[in-house]
Amino acid sequence: MSGAVVSLATAAAGRRRDSRRDAGGPLVLLALAFVGVLVIAPLALVFVEAFRKGFAAIAEPDALAAIRLTLLTAAIVVPLNTLFGLAAGWALTRFDFRGKSVLLTLIDLPFAVSPVIAGLLFIQLFGTRGPLGAWLGERGLQVVFATPGIVLATLFVTFPFVARELIAFMETQGREQEEAATVLGASGWQTFVRVTLPNIKWGLLYGVILCNARAMGEFGAVSVVSGHVRGETNTMPLHVEVLYNEYQLSGAFAVASLLTLLALVTLAARHFIESRKGEPS
Amino acid sequence: MKRFALPGFGLSTGFTVLYLGLLVLIPLSTVVVNTLNLSWPAFWAIASAPRAVASYRLTFGASLLAALINGVAGFLVAWVLVRYRFPGRRFVDALIDLPFALPTAVAGITLATLLGPRGWIGAPLAQAGIAAAFSPFGIVVALTFVGLPFVVRTVQPVLEDLAPELEEAAATLGATAGQTFRRVLLPHVLPAAITGLALAFARSIGEYGSVIFVAGNMPMRTEITPLLIVTKLEQFDYAGANALALVMLVVSFALLLAINGLQRWSAR
Amino acid sequence: MIRMLLTFFLFTLQAQQPKSVQLLNVSYDPTRELYQEINAAFARQWKAKTGQTVVIRQSHGGSSKQARAVLDGLQADVVTLALASDIDALAAAGLVARDWQRRFPHNSAPYTSTIVFLVRKGNPKKIRTWDDVVRPGVSVITANPKTSGGARWTYLAAYGYALEKSRGNAAQARAFVARLYRNVPVLDSGARGATTTFAERGIGDVLLAWENEAHLALRELGAGRFEIVVPPSSILAEPPVAVVDKVVARRGTATVARAYVEFLYSAEGQAIAAKHAYRPRSGGLWSAAAPAAALHAAAPAAAGASRAAAGAAAVQSGPAPLRLFTVAQLGGWAAVQKAHFADGAAFDRIFEVWQ
Repeated sequence: MSGAVVSLATAAAGRRRDSRRDAGGPLVLLALAFVGVLVIAPLALVFVEAFRKGFAAIAEPDALAAIRLTLLTAAIVVPLNTLFGLAAGWALTRFDFRGKSVLLTLIDLPFAVSPVIAGLLFIQLFGTRGPLGAWLGERGLQVVFATPGIVLATLFVTFPFVARELIAFMETQGREQEEAATVLGASGWQTFVRVTLPNIKWGLLYGVILCNARAMGEFGAVSVVSGHVRGETNTMPLHVEVLYNEYQLSGAFAVASLLTLLALVTLAARHFIESRKGEPS
Repeated sequence: MKRFALPGFGLSTGFTVLYLGLLVLIPLSTVVVNTLNLSWPAFWAIASAPRAVASYRLTFGASLLAALINGVAGFLVAWVLVRYRFPGRRFVDALIDLPFALPTAVAGITLATLLGPRGWIGAPLAQAGIAAAFSPFGIVVALTFVGLPFVVRTVQPVLEDLAPELEEAAATLGATAGQTFRRVLLPHVLPAAITGLALAFARSIGEYGSVIFVAGNMPMRTEITPLLIVTKLEQFDYAGANALALVMLVVSFALLLAINGLQRWSAR
Repeated sequence: MIRMLLTFFLFTLQAQQPKSVQLLNVSYDPTRELYQEINAAFARQWKAKTGQTVVIRQSHGGSSKQARAVLDGLQADVVTLALASDIDALAAAGLVARDWQRRFPHNSAPYTSTIVFLVRKGNPKKIRTWDDVVRPGVSVITANPKTSGGARWTYLAAYGYALEKSRGNAAQARAFVARLYRNVPVLDSGARGATTTFAERGIGDVLLAWENEAHLALRELGAGRFEIVVPPSSILAEPPVAVVDKVVARRGTATVARAYVEFLYSAEGQAIAAKHAYRPRSGGLWSAAAPAAALHAAAPAAAGASRAAAGAAAVQSGPAPLRLFTVAQLGGWAAVQKAHFADGAAFDRIFEVWQ
């Protein structure tokens, strides 16, 4: 499912010719109208509503707690998934073995699973009725309806991002450089750090940024697993819903605008990386 | 004797399998285990209940329609982005990924406000007698939003890679623009377009946050399957929630395999 | 000597009490604003009485949804839900004592409420009774009875009315309720979601809401936009509260939790409830116009007087005084749950006949 992650590898392989025709005609207008209605209008609405009078809502304790929880979740989820992405990229592109396609499909799975099902899975695993429920309850450990559950659900939903990006990238690059390094006597770590990492840095960076955006923005899975305890287990997207339900439409959009800014930064980063990937590393 | 040319097989594969096992397989197994507790007839009764079937029709139908719209419109957008120069092209190009990067809840409340009876789009539509929000129409719009980047981003690289010599050759051989498009370009681009369409479809069937604010959530009419799963869970109907989750998982898995097959086919 | 020992003893006792304690109140959807005020008042009172700081966290959502979360492990010290059967589910799982309803006065319901209609200003569709609500062409907003407690009270209010009107003919009553849901375009999962849909998004001609929700909507969104219509008969809703014994035993918060629930019955607690348009058990605090006046008087000073007057005027009574029937008269929660809200029961069947 490399297409889903907007693989830079394919773009890197392409050659861009400037055989563009100058602005013309009904086709362009039609395309622009489509994008305008579907993408630009919602984007504009977020900021228009937020600026109406909403920004005070961000300073409230519940909103600040939500921001803290979102940042904490991302701070745990992104490094873990990056580690996984690196391991999976190495394992799946540098070796050939049976069962590779099974692993690849498993990595793709969260893309196809509805986020509410993801939430359901963790409730069933760690809730009081689940296999671990009694054990956790005796020790007073809270997983679901608390931060650990939110982290787990977010981990599940976002781990493919880094992995898939790296797999596509590393596949395209081939193994020759690493093999040459090994032949020349470099150890595994040396090869990895000195040869692989510099080569994949743009793909890695983009995967990390995308994973981060999705980790901070996840709603469905977290909604099922969170206890909706105000000031404690509400992330920013959940807090947006809370404000929306408390007649604070502008406040909801104010918090939403923070998340939208993050999305725009993600887009800008992609654009930036895309323009840099052409440079030799 | 070394099996592989490069080191690190054990560590990397081991970690990968461990992570996948803990994070994916074990949680997924809870659905399977819980559903196995049901007898086959009981499972079938839940999975084929009229309300569930209505939700499948809506979810898969709306997703398919949205994917088809994206197939056509996304192709058009990709075409325009690759082949034309116009002011703001880079800006539009960057924005295409917005549905991908934007949190689903934000998309949800924004689209619900936009399509509501007082919204920028909903108000004029309401005047024309079309109920935009709380109808299948609204759901299709939300799913089109969600799936837009998939088609555009799968088709774009292929269009960019298209050697101009192909079209020039066709032109010298006397083909019209239309014929060139149909017989030369389309076959090249079609696999990517279909892959993008399938990706958009797969994403749409599971979509929750973007849709529940704008959907009506009326049983049998505007209730999507993910919402039905959540509703059953909230009613203490764990068996029902798991049964439906299993249905969705099976469909998603089959779709994944199909998409991977498609990608392998189009890479040839 | 004895005095010295006593002082010493009391000092150590006090020192043993932790400086701050935290409670989690898992509540149903519309009580957000109520408990914000109650929690602040209780914290003040508790601090003055014991010197201990108590922080009360809130969680809100559809009543059954919240009960399910508590069943699955949400560590609630206190639950304040919309109906008894949701707390019964907790009792069945051993989280709450089986005789929970007798632990506090009035069947553990410190306040009551009812279901009223919220309509657009001027009541253009002339909705005054339950019969008007089922008229074709009237768009009705209510929440999903399967997840929202308020929506279940609403369903039963309509059903009870139809049952009475048809002189006990259950089939006719069910048909009446089916006509009502035919008029519903969108089903939110909680009472607050339904209010938002009606009031902020502008959908529907009438909202079937908790009385307190209706008053709050008037206050928050302007009395000039909506009116409350009180139907001639409606249901007496008794949202109950309980201490979650298993959780407070483990967390050691039993004393505070009990005091918190008792606070709801105290003079101050009851006054706050009345202010938020919940009908308190203490007599004399309630009259139909009182909550309107109190709520709107609390509005910003600049608009104060005129808004209070507008608010009071916005409450209209139906043609006859409000008659309230109870769920006991309909057979009790167990029977009602089985007949209407269980899987495949009357509510589900309403929708299956469509298509």
